[in-house]
Amino acid sequence: MAVTEMTKLTLGPIAYHWSAGTRRDFYARIADEAPVDEVYLGEVICSKRTPFHESDLPETIDRLERAGKRVIVSTLAEVMLTRERKATADLAAMETPEIEVNNAAGLYARGARPHRIGPFMNAYNEVTIQWMAGQGATHVCLPAELPGPAIAVAARAARDLGLGVEVQVFGRASLAVSARCYHARAHGRTKDNCQFVCEQDADGMPLSTRDDAPILRVNGIQTQSESYLDLLPETPRLVADGVTHLRLMPQVVDMAAVAGVFRAVLDGALSAGEADARLAALCDGTGLSNGFYHGAAGYRRIAMAAPA
Amino acid sequence: MSLAELICPAGTPAALRTAVDVGADAVYCGFQDATNARNFPGLNFTPDELAEAVVYAHARGTKVLLALNTYPPAGKVDLWRQAADLGVRLGVDAFILADMGVADYIARTHPQARLHLSVQAAASSPEAIRYYCEHFGVRRVVLPRILTIPEIRQIKREIPCEIETFIFGNHGLMVEGRCSLTNYLTGQSTNMDGVCSPAGDVEYTRHADGAMSSRLAGFTIDRFGPEEKAGYPTICKGRYTAPHRPEGYYAFEEPVSLNLSRLLPELIDAGVHAFKIEGRQRSKSYVRGVVRAFRAAVDDIRAGRQANMADLVALTEGQKQTQGAFETKKWR
Repeated sequence: MAVTEMTKLTLGPIAYHWSAGTRRDFYARIADEAPVDEVYLGEVICSKRTPFHESDLPETIDRLERAGKRVIVSTLAEVMLTRERKATADLAAMETPEIEVNNAAGLYARGARPHRIGPFMNAYNEVTIQWMAGQGATHVCLPAELPGPAIAVAARAARDLGLGVEVQVFGRASLAVSARCYHARAHGRTKDNCQFVCEQDADGMPLSTRDDAPILRVNGIQTQSESYLDLLPETPRLVADGVTHLRLMPQVVDMAAVAGVFRAVLDGALSAGEADARLAALCDGTGLSNGFYHGAAGYRRIAMAAPA
Repeated sequence: MSLAELICPAGTPAALRTAVDVGADAVYCGFQDATNARNFPGLNFTPDELAEAVVYAHARGTKVLLALNTYPPAGKVDLWRQAADLGVRLGVDAFILADMGVADYIARTHPQARLHLSVQAAASSPEAIRYYCEHFGVRRVVLPRILTIPEIRQIKREIPCEIETFIFGNHGLMVEGRCSLTNYLTGQSTNMDGVCSPAGDVEYTRHADGAMSSRLAGFTIDRFGPEEKAGYPTICKGRYTAPHRPEGYYAFEEPVSLNLSRLLPELIDAGVHAFKIEGRQRSKSYVRGVVRAFRAAVDDIRAGRQANMADLVALTEGQKQTQGAFETKKWR
């Protein structure tokens, strides 16, 4: 299983408005206890939140690097306002650490200097990945909705080009972004007048249908899946298909333990059934889904076919 | 035609001829497959139909823009390449695209082709727009419906291409090209399949108390009282509950349609080159009414006359309408 041993576990950027203190504690624990190889930092969703935690960034980077993690800083998914354009240009100007770009404005600012392609960049296919590689991309995170067969083709293309290729295997999927803040709207406010009400919902604000079926989560301008995406059963397949990095998105669960379960599966130290049971217990009733991978409705949980 | 071009929807050959006949400067349309973002049953063009449509439109001085504005999943890119090659062969006037791989393919294979950046590319800053202009030679950007007029004016100063904005029709709330809501509930993707809240998954259920539920793939998107008119279950226009909103509310937006007729002069002044009317899924008679009214209004504005906005406002009579993000930042 030489290939498996090379597969890296990554921790995606925190999507929510966690307080600076919560973030410090979170990353301290990740540094000390989580078997992840790489950690993405930075504000991806809302530029208004950045001032709350950007001053901690150098120390967090240092803390994680001293623990042996590679650190990458992610840029905003939506770039519209002057402050968002400036924040993107400032990050793009950095030489270290690595940068993950989530908006074409970031690609423009970065130019041909090396960078990673984030999940908001819509790298859906091998032709686009080839284009991006030619412009300096060293690594690409595929969209969460890409089905398995397309992941396999994209991963092969990326590896042939010498790129790392990453797939989200855990956490709520980003389903949409908007210019409007739905957190503020839910509280009768506007984005400019939001008073950071999104901080109340550390795992997103639940939306249910009018017959009480939980369906979506609101995170500021972002809409997420109610279920946690869970590709633990598909992990061996992803690795065999050439995916080099598996991304865990931070949720309000024991992320160090979640990483431990994925690490154990990658190491062949845990049976599939035992791993599934442990992850389900860690997620404490939150629905787990893998529909996107199987070309089905994203919220669905599809059982893997038994090996022939 | 340098000022205030009217870009009109053509979901069918009949709608295309209607739009051309009542004065569209350009029509936009797509093939009957996943290569465009309105891949709905009964809509769009076969290659033969598009060939005839181009001849019909060109004979009357109208341009034909081909939408290739979805994102090909890996392994299926050939369908988009073939559509582009066919479009060139049939003589379409421009391609509306979003995917960088598709853009690169057309720019390299058909360097003479005119490229427009689809709203699906979500380019909402001068830097993002310049990326596509400098790398692929994009000549026009269709701006996301999230910018105010002062922001559009500012962008225009900083980009080397024309601007097209939506002025009328369905009002999408999410950033186009970044929305997987439909795929999450139905298994069909807006970005990869060109599908949004598909009719085949829609169901209306009447309850004993006279209320009506509209469902998409089994999920209740809204529930209407006996006196309310039941709307189509588009996910981003549904009513949901949140912990502190137990009564159910429009979490994203009310079912309103965009109508910027009152803002046309300001948009022209801000540097908008072309106005886009949404609605490839709409009927021929709808296209006739809307295009005719906007044609008259744009001609009046061009001639320095006061446009008769009453006709345009009446087009959405009975429906709620909005100026969306364009008028004020408070929309956000």
